[in-house]
Amino acid sequence: MPTTAPQPTVAPIIEVENVDFFYGPTQAIHGINLSFPRKQVTALIGPSGCGKSTLLRCFNRMNDLIDNIDVRGRITLNGDDIYAPTTDVIELRRRVGMVFQKSNPFPKSIYENTIYGLRIAGVKDKAVLDESVERSLKGAALWDEVKDRLHTSALGLSGGQMQRLCIARAIAVNPEVILMDEPCSALDPKSTARVEELIGELRKEFTIIIVTHNMQQAARVSDFTAFLYEGFLIEFGQTDKMFMKPKKKQTEDYITGRFG
Amino acid sequence: MRRNYWKIGEPWVWATGAALSVTLLIAVTLIAVIMVNGLGVFWPGKLQQLELKDGSKLLGELIQSEPVHRGEGLRRQYKIANRDLYGLDFRWIDETEILRADHPAAAIVLEREENGDFFGFLDAVQASGLELPAGAAPYAQLHAALDQVSVMKAAGHATDQQLSTASYRLEQLRRDQLKAEYQGVDPRSSSYQELLHEQERLKVDFEHLMKQQRKEQTNLRQYQATFSDANGRTSNIVLADIVQAYRPNQLAWHQQVIFYAAKLKELIVGEPRESNTEGGLFPAIFGTIMLIFTMSLFSFPLGVIAAIYLREYAREGVVVRVVRIAVNNLAGIPSIVYGIFGLGFFVYGIGSNIDKLFFPELLPTPTFGTGGILWASLTLALLTVPVVIVATEEALGAIPREFREGSLALGATRFQTLLRILLPMASPGIMTGLILAMARAAGEVAPLMITGVVKLAPALPIDGNFPFFHLDRKFMHLGFHIFDIGFQSPNVEAAKPMVFVTTLLLVLIVLAMSSLAIRLRNRMKKRYTFSTF
Ligand SMILES: Nc1ncnc2c1ncn2[C@@H]1O[C@H](COP(=O)(O)OP(=O)(O)OP(=O)(O)O)[C@@H](O)[C@H]1O
Ligand SMILES: [Mg+2]
Repeated sequence: MPTTAPQPTVAPIIEVENVDFFYGPTQAIHGINLSFPRKQVTALIGPSGCGKSTLLRCFNRMNDLIDNIDVRGRITLNGDDIYAPTTDVIELRRRVGMVFQKSNPFPKSIYENTIYGLRIAGVKDKAVLDESVERSLKGAALWDEVKDRLHTSALGLSGGQMQRLCIARAIAVNPEVILMDEPCSALDPKSTARVEELIGELRKEFTIIIVTHNMQQAARVSDFTAFLYEGFLIEFGQTDKMFMKPKKKQTEDYITGRFG
Repeated sequence: MRRNYWKIGEPWVWATGAALSVTLLIAVTLIAVIMVNGLGVFWPGKLQQLELKDGSKLLGELIQSEPVHRGEGLRRQYKIANRDLYGLDFRWIDETEILRADHPAAAIVLEREENGDFFGFLDAVQASGLELPAGAAPYAQLHAALDQVSVMKAAGHATDQQLSTASYRLEQLRRDQLKAEYQGVDPRSSSYQELLHEQERLKVDFEHLMKQQRKEQTNLRQYQATFSDANGRTSNIVLADIVQAYRPNQLAWHQQVIFYAAKLKELIVGEPRESNTEGGLFPAIFGTIMLIFTMSLFSFPLGVIAAIYLREYAREGVVVRVVRIAVNNLAGIPSIVYGIFGLGFFVYGIGSNIDKLFFPELLPTPTFGTGGILWASLTLALLTVPVVIVATEEALGAIPREFREGSLALGATRFQTLLRILLPMASPGIMTGLILAMARAAGEVAPLMITGVVKLAPALPIDGNFPFFHLDRKFMHLGFHIFDIGFQSPNVEAAKPMVFVTTLLLVLIVLAMSSLAIRLRNRMKKRYTFSTF
């Protein structure tokens, strides 16, 4: 199935060119071409098992943890090849942050969780750390709720607060891109609304790529949407246009809930 | 209805409950037997005097009574002590033989350095050189005399101490001399002459101290007291040989408690006497604890690091699987096999080579080429390392993937993730492994017997002589002590109480060490519990 590379109106930050992805012998992604616009929210949608997470985890090379994988084609971040042998994976992951489906704060204090990325980068200056904690927690709309108990365990937070803490943790290292893999699927509607609101704020500073199964969510938070199906990119475009008037039949069937 | 009963699984619930109860019952019974027999040992029992039909008398402590085999009535077992007079410590008496029984208030028990206890009566104290309260009762005089003798004995201990230091230094000098000779130092050189000179000087000191010790001892032996047994047979006993004298039939209950406490204290801080069947267990306690600690020092880091490699860095594959199976099965190897390996590999292999390299001048006397606490610890470490590996692997494996990914996604290296996230989170599980390993090590005796445990060690593995830690030394151990006094001592019956006491002590030490570790683990658990959803 041929896929066309659409031309977004904004300058791209991540560009995917002809990417195939293999888990051992099975191919999970087939020849995808895609450009992610800078400082915009792009949603990846598609039925379960279509390769959304796989594609997302290519951008910070999280897939490297799995044995026997193979990536073909080219993925660039600001023009630098992510999979080039010279790429520093640590540096890459600092530039491309990630928020997971299951919120995973470390068994440490809220403070330590927030500055984890800075600590491992060797930052020791207390003033810098304090400043970063406040800025990140404010950025993640969590500051007011936790400012009086920064040094208590993060495990005492509610599920929604934990997820926002994970977002704070990700933005503390000042990444260029934030990847989110179904960040709200384990949250109640109210926490979901807060995170969505937060995403709206974050897009002013960061490029966000979000995987979601929730069509309304995709419609609400994203500027662009990519629809994947069985490893192929079916359609990519501005969210409002795509949801109003999908070009492909499969896309229409999927977003109207006829399958998947 | 009936089918439903089985379907719901009610009987299985009962079966699990029953299985647990049986296990608990066995454990509780075992502990209870040890406690009852062990705790009662030091309680001062009353002395009974019996008049027998044949006209003789007997003074002893009732131990037990049981029905006469194919006969009427009961027979009783008495501890009659006075091994030097009777040759036996215990005697069975048919109740029909007894004419009369009473508890004479004057009956006295002497705990002695040799020949076990003495049961009898005090006649007189012969201590011309001592200041005795004139006109006082003989018992008061005895105690006054014993007090003064014990002061003199303490002075003697100081001499003993000096003697042992002197002999240690002499031994060191002899080593230096051997080393110099081995290195071919010119015998006329000043350093060599200096060495000889120093030795001469020390030898003079040593002789002097020996003489002083002998003098002190003969001086002490002149103070004696006369005692008689139930039948009036008298016996002179050197006061210096008496560890403790008391009249059990006159002790009020609070005096009994004080007595008991004093005995317990002696048990824990005292030195053993009478081929270990009496006195304290301090060297054995010390040896056991030090052994477990040294063992942990080796097995803990080794096991944890090996497990980290297996779980975090090794590529899952045939080799890793085989290694894992092998590690799990190491636990099934009989511990004596570890002992033999330890003897062959550590003692004869590594130890002998250390001797060849570093102490060639002393050969053929081995330094490290013979059993010692270092080799025993290493052998035990080998034995317990699989436990630590398995526990650590399980603990690392139980950490949800999200934590690893969360850390890596923030730009942490694998090593940083390991140090900052995985190890703290796995620490409670790792501690469990360490607890199991320590408990296992504390209970092992067989491998120690061929790698360095001894019945009586001349010195502790840690002392005031440089370099303070003497890991090449032989050591004593509670587990071996149990085996030794229970099955190898000349007087097994007399040693029986000590067997129980030693067992109790060993159980308590294991309990204390593991509860310490468990507390530590709970602290870690509280800090690093997983988030729950
Ligand atoms: N570690 C793996 N090893 C082998 N195959 C994998 C692995 N992870 C995913 N796959 C396969 O790759 C395909 C794409 O998986 P992926 O997780 O990217 O789907 P997804 O779109 O994120 O699905 P979902 O919406 O359910 O999260 C699936 O067929 C899946 O079975
Ligand atoms: Mg997914």
